[in-house]
Amino acid sequence: MALMQNVQVASSSRAILGSRWSLGIVFLAAALLAPFLLHKFYVFQMTLVLIYAIAILGLNLLVGFNGQLSLGHGAFFALGAYTAAMLIEHGGVNYAATLPAAGVICFIFGFLFGLPALRLDGIYLALATFALSVATPQILKLSVFETWTGGVQGLIVTKPDAPPGLPLTADQWLYFLTLGVSMLMYWVAVNLVASRTGRALRSVRDNPLAATAMGVNTAYYKTLAFGISGAYTGIAGALSAIVVQFVAPDSFTLTLSISILVGLVVGGVGWLPGAIFGASFILLVPNIAEGISKGLAGAVYGVMMILLMLVLPSGVSTPVRWMQRKFQAWAK
Amino acid sequence: MELFAQQVMAGLASGAIYACIALALVMIYQAIGHVNFAQGEMATFSTFLSWQMMQWGSPYWAAFVAAVALSFAGGMLIDTVVFRPIRKASVLSQIVMFVGLLAILNSLSGFIWDFTSKPFPTPLGSGPLSGFRFMGMHQAAMMAITALMLVLLYCFFRFTSVGLAMQAAAENPDSARLVGVRVELMIALGWGMAAGIGAVAGIMIAPIVFLEPNMMLGIMLYGFAGAVLGGLASPLGAVIGGFLVGLIENLAGTYIPAVGAELKLTIALAIIIVVLVVKPSGLLGPRHAQRV
Repeated sequence: MALMQNVQVASSSRAILGSRWSLGIVFLAAALLAPFLLHKFYVFQMTLVLIYAIAILGLNLLVGFNGQLSLGHGAFFALGAYTAAMLIEHGGVNYAATLPAAGVICFIFGFLFGLPALRLDGIYLALATFALSVATPQILKLSVFETWTGGVQGLIVTKPDAPPGLPLTADQWLYFLTLGVSMLMYWVAVNLVASRTGRALRSVRDNPLAATAMGVNTAYYKTLAFGISGAYTGIAGALSAIVVQFVAPDSFTLTLSISILVGLVVGGVGWLPGAIFGASFILLVPNIAEGISKGLAGAVYGVMMILLMLVLPSGVSTPVRWMQRKFQAWAK
Repeated sequence: MELFAQQVMAGLASGAIYACIALALVMIYQAIGHVNFAQGEMATFSTFLSWQMMQWGSPYWAAFVAAVALSFAGGMLIDTVVFRPIRKASVLSQIVMFVGLLAILNSLSGFIWDFTSKPFPTPLGSGPLSGFRFMGMHQAAMMAITALMLVLLYCFFRFTSVGLAMQAAAENPDSARLVGVRVELMIALGWGMAAGIGAVAGIMIAPIVFLEPNMMLGIMLYGFAGAVLGGLASPLGAVIGGFLVGLIENLAGTYIPAVGAELKLTIALAIIIVVLVVKPSGLLGPRHAQRV
């Protein structure tokens, strides 16, 4: 009897795995074909969705898996974007090499910001990071750094071409580059969450006291989470600088930080695939809102956010997971 | 010395504004345990309401009272319609709701009254207060009104049964409910009061910064800094914190050469972070002990 049960469990888990893979393959095929079928503008939009998805993934690692709240991830995004732009324009560095550089710098900054954040939780941390994101554009405009940052005007970044030999336009190439980076980042995040480090991060979120008693260094994992989260968002920022070809202080206001957070909550906190849904929401819904009423776009966007929270307090993850279960039951 | 006195007076005057906003923030924090990120937008909207009534020919004080009353009702309505259904939801969902509210109010003010700056009247004129060279009548009135509001709030919370019930509802909702306090009503009242105080603050600030939908963003940050500095749970602390932030902002801008006008918002950030790291409960906030 026990043996039968085991066999059943094994076969059903194989079916789950199978259906998951088949879903993944369908999505991947769609993602690979899309840039050849769609208009240039939509390819650009999809690239931006992927970039925001990376940033949301980073925020999710901090908020969803470590339980620390941040309203200031726009600052990491800005830091990554400026790192990439300055390295390309002033340092003559290859654009691809700026991504790891932005990751490292944002990791360090995140780790350092994580130190004061250790003493704060909940609403206090939200306030401190809120202040960080409000102050970011002002710091970027500082005249002391103007020769490097371009001050209020910002920096224009040269658009990279597709590597010679590939039959791709520059936009398609950037899309595939972003797709590759985001898949890599997603894979790293999934494995990180499943690893020993991931368990430590979650234990700190669920019960810091018990985690400490079990020998988890709470302070270390909290600052580490800030660092990793910063690195993810910084890489997203660097990609955005390359794709948008422009960085300026007023692109990194409070609105950006809030967008990333809204994307996280819409996608579902603590659910990694939600990043892509959240990113689509924050990019597409404002456009839809503008289509409904130009003057009232902000109000329509706000109403949509509030309605979504009233209907689905844990974001898109609830219906998507429900459909996934139905699909798996059907596939079995 | 002259410059110093002048800057101190200017600092106190802008401090009065921050104190008002900080006071409104503390009101909501006490009622629901959350920081209302839409507070500034609520205040702006209320100010536009009073401006509209004045455009229609209503006298200043009638518009003032009507705007405060409308805001009070509006605050209660927002709580009942939007926030009551998600009272048990996670902190994050609630923050998204605040953000949604902020977007709606900001967009509505811009849509109804457009984004151009409008001059706003003051009943006292802009002449200097007799005897003080560095302070205008309006600034002096602002400080007086802030002080008056603080005294009224103190008496309300200390001596009226509704005020005591509100404190009980915030402190321990379950026990409060058991002794017959209508917790939901108290929370809605807290929202109403916060919206009303915000309206007073907005109407007093508008003559100085000019009325436009985004007039509150920078001020909000200083209000936050003031509330954090004073301790998020203490109305008196919020007022002291607000005045201190005004002083620090003006003196640092004058005497620290690198700061100047360029880094004014960064000062607020620095204050918030330093306070939170050195003394998270603020100057007058109660110490939180955690049972382990």
